[in-house]
Amino acid sequence: MATIGTPTNISQGSRTKGGIGESTLRPDGTLKVTGEFAYSSDMWHEDMLWGHTLRSTVAHAEIKSIDVSEALATSGVYAVLTYDDLPTEVKNYGLEIQDTPVLAHGKVRHHGEPVALVAADHPETARRAAAKIKIEYVELPVITDEASATAPDAILVHEGRDDHHIGHVPHPNIVHRQPIVRGNADEAAERADVIVKGEYTFGMQDQAFLGPESGLAVPSEDGGVELYVATQWLHSDLRQIAPVLGLPEEKIRMTLSGVGGAFGGREDLSMQIHACLLALRTGKPVKIVYNRFESFFGHVHRHPAKLYYEHGATKDGKLTHMKCRIVLDGGAYASASPAVVGNASSLSVGPYVVDDVDIEAIALYSNNPPCGAMRGFGAVQACFAYEAQMDKLAAKLGIDPVEFRQLNAMEQGTIMPTGQPVDSPAPVAELLRRVKARPLPPEQQWLTAGEEADVRALPGGLSNTTHGEGVVRGVGYAVGIKNVGFSEGFDDYSTARVRMEVVGGEPVATVHTAMAEVGQGGVTVHAQIARTELGVSQVTIHPADTQVGSAGSTSASRQTYVTGGAVKHTCENVREKVLEIGRRKFGSYHPAWATAELLLEGGKVVTDGGEVLADLVDVLEGESVDLELEWRHRPTEAFDLHTGQGNGHVQYSFAAHRAVVEVDTELGLVKVVELAVAQDVGKALNPLSVVGQIQGGTTQGLGVAVMEEIIVDPKTAKVRNPSFTDYLIPTILDTPTIPVDVLELADDHAPYGLRGIGEAPTLSSTPAVLAAIRNATGLELNRTPVRPEHLTGT
Amino acid sequence: MRVNFTVNGRQQEADDVWEGESLLYVLRERMGLPGSKNACEQGECGSCTVRLDGVPVCSCLVAAGQVEGREVVTVEGLADFAKQRAEHGGCATAACGTTLDQAKQWEAKPSDSQTGEGSELSPIQQAFIDAGAVQCGFCTPGLLVAADELLERNAEPSDADIREALSGNLCRCTGYEKILDAVRLAAARQEEAV
Repeated sequence: MATIGTPTNISQGSRTKGGIGESTLRPDGTLKVTGEFAYSSDMWHEDMLWGHTLRSTVAHAEIKSIDVSEALATSGVYAVLTYDDLPTEVKNYGLEIQDTPVLAHGKVRHHGEPVALVAADHPETARRAAAKIKIEYVELPVITDEASATAPDAILVHEGRDDHHIGHVPHPNIVHRQPIVRGNADEAAERADVIVKGEYTFGMQDQAFLGPESGLAVPSEDGGVELYVATQWLHSDLRQIAPVLGLPEEKIRMTLSGVGGAFGGREDLSMQIHACLLALRTGKPVKIVYNRFESFFGHVHRHPAKLYYEHGATKDGKLTHMKCRIVLDGGAYASASPAVVGNASSLSVGPYVVDDVDIEAIALYSNNPPCGAMRGFGAVQACFAYEAQMDKLAAKLGIDPVEFRQLNAMEQGTIMPTGQPVDSPAPVAELLRRVKARPLPPEQQWLTAGEEADVRALPGGLSNTTHGEGVVRGVGYAVGIKNVGFSEGFDDYSTARVRMEVVGGEPVATVHTAMAEVGQGGVTVHAQIARTELGVSQVTIHPADTQVGSAGSTSASRQTYVTGGAVKHTCENVREKVLEIGRRKFGSYHPAWATAELLLEGGKVVTDGGEVLADLVDVLEGESVDLELEWRHRPTEAFDLHTGQGNGHVQYSFAAHRAVVEVDTELGLVKVVELAVAQDVGKALNPLSVVGQIQGGTTQGLGVAVMEEIIVDPKTAKVRNPSFTDYLIPTILDTPTIPVDVLELADDHAPYGLRGIGEAPTLSSTPAVLAAIRNATGLELNRTPVRPEHLTGT
Repeated sequence: MRVNFTVNGRQQEADDVWEGESLLYVLRERMGLPGSKNACEQGECGSCTVRLDGVPVCSCLVAAGQVEGREVVTVEGLADFAKQRAEHGGCATAACGTTLDQAKQWEAKPSDSQTGEGSELSPIQQAFIDAGAVQCGFCTPGLLVAADELLERNAEPSDADIREALSGNLCRCTGYEKILDAVRLAAARQEEAV
């Protein structure tokens, strides 16, 4: 302990460890590896009931009648609820447009829509009782694509639409439309030496987080309810739950329980209102846990898309213009479709300089499963298409595909098609250079010296379907651009509460936010920020709940930026308060208290010259500092509804991939051998977590390239593959080595210069794999995922 | 029906078990051991992997009645299981599993269920933390049980061996690279310790 009034110099060794830039380990790691971390599905309460949701078996129908009498009479059943039992006039919810019924009324609009709820003393009892509910449907024709949605005589998925977009869309079955017009694409096309057109299809991807939707609602004595749930944004849930229950928000106390992944799929409500309704009706705690089958119906998916693109280029390889039309299928309810449209249109050019563009993106209402947020959020579908176009142009011009991209790569200062300048580093050409410069993995790795082929390394793997005959290799490249944070004028703030005090003779900081830790590692980073700003090694992360202000959503790659920013901002203010206490207590001992720039490091108050003025323990003895503050990034503005112009985005992130694939051309099987990635992260607050995020995002992109797709029957709009047997996500055998090259070019507008990282790697992974398969096979392949029949022509 | 079996070295008895109940349900809802996760109920994701008489199985696919008189190890008992395996000679040579007799010789030790403090981690658990192989962590218990069993029978697995052994465990967060790192790390530390 330093003696007051006799300054000493702080040694390098006494700097606070575990600050930003270090690969500190997760605070929840031990609990997670011992099985003791409480996920939302692990909640338990004495006298608890189990809730179950009855879902529609048809996609589009009028409900003539619902008979719950037999279900209600089942032994062990405590409640059966339908639309008629909803307690208030508010019967719908929604992120942007309140069009999603809590329980179907009058009509069902998609397969698997919730119709009734049961609470019983055993989950099997609840399931069996739900099966006894009799529903009489009169089926209606299904709307499944743009043609059926916008036909003149099309049935409206939602009657009487009067939201603000209605005058701007050509048909009520279109949720939102965003054109972007800049320059004159038709005139610019005349300068083009080559023009390529393409029509691309992107399949419906599922977030497939491993921990299914679940939570526990406990009625409280004041007539309110406590809800323990896995979500991405507690306060957004609260805002939607309260009106339906008819309760003031203070009476609904929400606590985040362990989240088993999210990827956008927990932005919308699932079982939250249902569990609360059952708990309030029965007066008992009610837990709902979806099984995997139900999970496929319980959350929105990634929008499947049709993308129509035209690009032109001069013979020396400069892009002249781009025209595109992107049709996203939003399914039965709006969810995040309007914002997805905004992203798809504003990022449809990709990370390239094109001055003359004519863009339109729309999202449809249909009777397909509702679609909304998923990692990459509208930018993914566009990237798949524009990167295929880049390869086509390069091939037509006889230019190397990477060189062609580099010739047209945006950089700092480039004007986006929305008119917004890119005012931070945009190292697109450099990222491409880095993935290209990496040595290629050896060919035919299945060949083992002098022995039989190791079939595990071949396409088809352990299925042992080939020994290497007909296997060809291909290499493909892609790069993408993703916005960070909520765009288009959204008030995208976060709140942090930071307390500093002495506990057990040690200075301790407590960080309390409502941020949803969904696996991304925000809890690790918040502790790192507090250590850096407050110079203490002991940091406690308070559980996330609604007793503190909103943190916004754990999505859009924004949490480290925005809630991390809020923690930093609050810590800075706490530091000032701590220094005020120090000045009051010890200011008379040394002039530096009044004159020097003071820091908190290694548990001490230190001058910027390294002189120690006091121990934090002495400063804080008998006092504590506790502040709750909001923090905002710089504001954005809405895109003009007709021209798409506006400074709509906060920040961009960039990633580039090189995929190396081996394709068995006889069997139509693909083995991705390597998927190298380079990404600019601005500043890596936790390098270990950064790499983990990049590899995870890359793998989700790989999944949609070669296997992942929710198959919806075009005649009935029914989901055909709601299980992990039929909806395939990559296993460790499907996933190659993923070398990661991290750049750190600071964005001066962001806390510590950081850049959101979670989504960008999901974008370019898919088109890189497709490019590699095209390179291997010579096939055009305009749809993802690629299936064996696309490769064998069967 | 009543089912008598051993879980993590302790004799357990489950009453009023339905014929259709899975071992996973009995562990999670009757034994108070939620460490084994339920993510697919089809044996596709491996989140519920436990050892049944030493063999890794998807506990969602095992009917509770099938475990009568048998030994189950879950992630909650993994650290003690690994420790006692090491104390009883461990696996110096390749391909030596834990015998039923060995499995019966040990008991789980108590730990603080709130913080995990007091629990000594097995090498594979520590390696998962150190390598950054834990993100959301939902797949982690099943992966740990599978990876521990791999290292028990194959102390120096190649990457292909690791991929093969863990191919029944889905992970949606990590991209598997850090899981591979973790298994390599645990194997290397095991090697050093010998």
